Amino acid sequence: MRWYWIDKFIEFESGKRAKSVKNVSLAEEHLHDHFPGFPVMPGSLMIEGMAQTGGILLGEHFKFEYNVILAKVPKVTFHSWACPGDQLIYTADLQDAKPEGGSVTVTATVGDRLVADAEIVFVHLNSSDPQLSRIDQKNFVFRMNLLDILTVGKAGSGEQPAAS
Amino acid sequence: MPSADEIYEKVRDTLVDALGVDDDEVTPKATLIGDLGAESIDFLDIVFRLEKNFDIKIPRGELFPENLATADSGFVADGKVTTDGIAQLRTKMPHADIDSFAKDPVVSRISDLFTVDMICKFIAARLK
Repeated sequence: MRWYWIDKFIEFESGKRAKSVKNVSLAEEHLHDHFPGFPVMPGSLMIEGMAQTGGILLGEHFKFEYNVILAKVPKVTFHSWACPGDQLIYTADLQDAKPEGGSVTVTATVGDRLVADAEIVFVHLNSSDPQLSRIDQKNFVFRMNLLDILTVGKAGSGEQPAAS
Repeated sequence: MPSADEIYEKVRDTLVDALGVDDDEVTPKATLIGDLGAESIDFLDIVFRLEKNFDIKIPRGELFPENLATADSGFVADGKVTTDGIAQLRTKMPHADIDSFAKDPVVSRISDLFTVDMICKFIAARLK
């Protein structure tokens, strides 16, 4: 399974704010089990999408010098749900950015409807850190392939993708 | 400059938010790890919140020093922190209760130096 929980970025203001889109589709296998007859986007995967949005915002701020790892979700509230056909917009605002880690606040909305809001804390690990190998790869907000989303976002707007 | 009580109240609220504890669990003597259940990742969260709530900057390692008296630090012998190690703790953690620790300097008790009171004293010194 490809661990992409956002489809593209629609706004990216370096060091400040990022907005991404997640289109919820009935083609997604897990929605048929969650729940039978009442498909809704699982909250855990919404958190993952919010973390990918915020984590890339933080990573980009430091020119992707660090491995950004989802460390803690101090607060998350689900106000509503997202169903197939809904377009979730994740808006992440960078709150803290230090060499050791950072934090964001994120909202998830469908149209004017607030679906969820969260605070998310990330830590940075250098590739040389001995702890790195002990961490489950799924806790990585991104590996390089996830950065393709940035390129896709730019391509989707008709802009030339940035040279990598 | 806020009073000691004002600082304490803000620190308490910070810990309630960061650790999800009840406000009556936060007492000056409460240890962050033992009593309030903080894990390593919470320390970064606490620093972020204190910076915001008190409008200060806390450089890495100043409030919560890292790698204190690790096995290869040369400050540990027979599971206890050596005299040199205790001197180093006094330098690195001037707001912690090192005197009590020095009476029984078992390495595993180092985490007990991180108390609510230590944070309050650190903040008070920062705001002066």
